[in-house]
Amino acid sequence: MSEEQIKSLEEQFEARIARDEKIEPKDWMPEKYRKTHIRQMSQHAHSEIVGMLPEGNWITRAPSLRRKVALLAKVQDEAGHGLYLYSATETLGISREEMYEQLHTGKAKYSSIFNYPTITWADMGAIGWLVDGAAIINQVPLCNTSYGPYARAMIRVCKEESFHQRQGYEIMIKLANGTPEQKEMAQDALNRWWWPSLMMLGPTDAESIHTEQSMKWKLKRKSNDDLRQQFIDQTVPQAELIGLTIPDTDLKWNEERGSYDFGEIDWDEFWQVVKGHGPMNKERMKARVNAWENGEWVRDAAMAHASKKQQRKEKQAV
Amino acid sequence: MSTKNWPLWEVFVRSKNGLEHRHCGSLHAADEDMALENARDVYTRRSEGVSIWVVESKHITASNPENNGEMFEPAHDKVYRHPTFYDLPDEVKHM
Repeated sequence: MSEEQIKSLEEQFEARIARDEKIEPKDWMPEKYRKTHIRQMSQHAHSEIVGMLPEGNWITRAPSLRRKVALLAKVQDEAGHGLYLYSATETLGISREEMYEQLHTGKAKYSSIFNYPTITWADMGAIGWLVDGAAIINQVPLCNTSYGPYARAMIRVCKEESFHQRQGYEIMIKLANGTPEQKEMAQDALNRWWWPSLMMLGPTDAESIHTEQSMKWKLKRKSNDDLRQQFIDQTVPQAELIGLTIPDTDLKWNEERGSYDFGEIDWDEFWQVVKGHGPMNKERMKARVNAWENGEWVRDAAMAHASKKQQRKEKQAV
Repeated sequence: MSTKNWPLWEVFVRSKNGLEHRHCGSLHAADEDMALENARDVYTRRSEGVSIWVVESKHITASNPENNGEMFEPAHDKVYRHPTFYDLPDEVKHM
């Protein structure tokens, strides 16, 4: 194809997206669109899969059967969300094995929030309330994104996600109204998860390199800073309601803006964790790679069983 | 790394009797029994279905959007296939 032809195809393509038309897997698309979507969607899938690890840590130690079934269902949902997203990404021409390879070799990233440890039961509350809360704010606009399979996967994800946040907040309510030790545990979890949750919404707009293109392709509807403000404004009253304190001395209601002013985020910490120096980066990848490698004989056995069954069927048919 | 990768399957779910099966996504599985079980766990965790079809993706033949012109255009100029093409007197209320 000549350069001119490609340019005209690109213009038509951008115009389709501007008209809110969806792009489907077999449609022509610019290479950059394909690559950007593979990167974002696979990282989204990896985040769901790695996100199971910090919570899986507490399933056997949940304090009651009610909490245990809820946490188990939440972690199972995350596996499901990872699978929706992996199969949606495969429609762009990358194989599942390639994506796993990229995750396991560190070539592909996942959400940095999962590189923090879950050291008390209250962390299950804080993760559901804050981490899933921030994830929902990030994800809801994606239900309208331009790539059809991604948008459809996100609609399913968002429908299922709201129970995750509610079960987390319920854990926090219970602890905040419990013994002084339990309340302290809830406050400690909030102290540790607050800032990383704010970082989840991405670098400040000034530092965000993909924003402009992503807005055009509807991979993004609002800027990182706007999403972060939305998260803070919705979460602060929820903390107050259960008597917990947001660990930010600069946090103050701004009457004029109708929003909360908040303190400076430690972006050095953010970039350290992104680059692999968070408290749990190595641990998470080790657990993930072990799970994959130790499962190899099971995957092989399933294939051997399937081909034997097939052969038996063919023999009977003769 | 294993070279024996599980094939890809497309999943169709009937949400309730009276409605058609609808495509809801895909998954990997070693054979059709496992594909059905995985489809149940991945796509119907909240009672979204009463019936599931799975078909190996390689068995699906799809039209190519690049040929949408010759494929679908012939239908565009056949307005006489629609009821609004025919003129009726106003007195005829329902037809």
